[in-house]
Amino acid sequence: MNLRKYLKVYKKFLHTSLASELEYKTNILVDLITAILSLVGSIFLLSIFFQNKGYIGGWKFEQALIIQAIYTILNGITNTWFNPNLTEIVKHIREGTLDFVLLKPIDSQFFISLKKINPSGFLEIILGFFLLLFCIKINQINLSLSFLSLSFITISCSICILYSLWFFISTTTIWFVKTWNAIEVLRSFLYIGRFPLNSFSFSLRVFFSIFIPIAFITTIPSEVFLGLSQLWKILLEVIVASVFLITSRKFWLFALKFYSSASS
Amino acid sequence: MMEYRVEIALWAISGIIPFFMLNIWTNNNLNESINISDVMLSRYFLCAFFVRQFSVVWVVFSFEEDSLMGKVSPYLIQPLNPFFRYFAQHLAEQITRFPFALIIAFFFFIFNPESLWIPNLGILLLSIVSTFLSFLMQFLIQSIVACLCFWTEKASSIERLLFIPTLFLSGLLAPVVSFPAYVKSWIYLTPFPYLIDFPANLLSGNETNISGGLSMQILWIFLLFPLFKKIWSEGTKKYTAMGS
Repeated sequence: MNLRKYLKVYKKFLHTSLASELEYKTNILVDLITAILSLVGSIFLLSIFFQNKGYIGGWKFEQALIIQAIYTILNGITNTWFNPNLTEIVKHIREGTLDFVLLKPIDSQFFISLKKINPSGFLEIILGFFLLLFCIKINQINLSLSFLSLSFITISCSICILYSLWFFISTTTIWFVKTWNAIEVLRSFLYIGRFPLNSFSFSLRVFFSIFIPIAFITTIPSEVFLGLSQLWKILLEVIVASVFLITSRKFWLFALKFYSSASS
Repeated sequence: MMEYRVEIALWAISGIIPFFMLNIWTNNNLNESINISDVMLSRYFLCAFFVRQFSVVWVVFSFEEDSLMGKVSPYLIQPLNPFFRYFAQHLAEQITRFPFALIIAFFFFIFNPESLWIPNLGILLLSIVSTFLSFLMQFLIQSIVACLCFWTEKASSIERLLFIPTLFLSGLLAPVVSFPAYVKSWIYLTPFPYLIDFPANLLSGNETNISGGLSMQILWIFLLFPLFKKIWSEGTKKYTAMGS
């Protein structure tokens, strides 16, 4: 694969979509306020849970904040890249413009996954990082090289899983045409990523580790931050992430065989 | 509407967040501190789910799309306010959603048989009325936001902003009784607790001030309706079709 070509193309994508998004300046301001309020709201909810209890699912308030921070970062990434692009797939398929994407001399998955960017999601990522730094301070976490690399690996795996989940659902558009509501279902499931997995009952925990691996997305990276994570969990996350990535790729290629353009 | 059964089923499933919240509450015995038994709390969250199903509004997104596509112009010539069109759409979808909501409730009772209850007829009627009032409130609020489309192209981002306090303060994620005192002191003056918390408490048989809640709902509708009419008439004066 020609990496340099893809980098060059991506630079162009960034440029064009940033230029078009920055046309809506007030919109970005509104989105900033939304991101802040949403974070305040979730911390408020968390504080309700903790108001008469020291621990929830074995997590202290300060520790649960880490999950909140990682969730905010991942949500920012979702809003910056996954959401704008993958909702575009729906449009491409419905209007038949996917033909033009497929004809381009570039990988179609690359094109539709990275074409657009929504800069207001950056603010959420930054907010999440600030909260994370604050958590590192109040939980007195020592920053060492091994810790940093482990947390980097786990968070990257979470991003891969998240991407695959989004891409998987968007790919089903080829058969179902409308997938807005399926995306809503995914969103509402992802919502539980704001809370430690242990605070749910056993059956839900199993469901969210096996069927929809939300457990891996926020809880494992947070455990790494607290130094609680065992090696097998990290390894498992790496395996799950790669399985998801490969399957989503295979699924896309498989689905394309069924694509028959609009009105044909 | 019946053509989109899968869509609507998925939409119903996407509303199950209250059940996840219930799971956190009961699994960690958090309800001991607010003096609500497990059973009452599970009824509360089930009712919150129902109220949400029948009061959810998305008029802003429909109107934004129509206005960007230039479909609003022909609507404006018609002698009927276009919002009636959206209103009818919402009602139709609520009716189609009813069986799916019942199926979810059925599964809920299979897993939580002890929380099965039958509200008496009067309460049931009152809660249907208050759910409808809650729907009206949200419809008016969103219609006001939708009218902002006449000034800005992306009214939906304002709606997303408004959705955040609605999500956290309406009682969908945690009953308002559990809120700390510094929030409870002012929250009943805002419209939020009357959107979900009040109808859900009413239906589930939790303690609530029935006449106070209903009158607050009606009061808010009387406040919002003139505001909507005002912004609508201002907006239509300002309106220029896309591309003009």
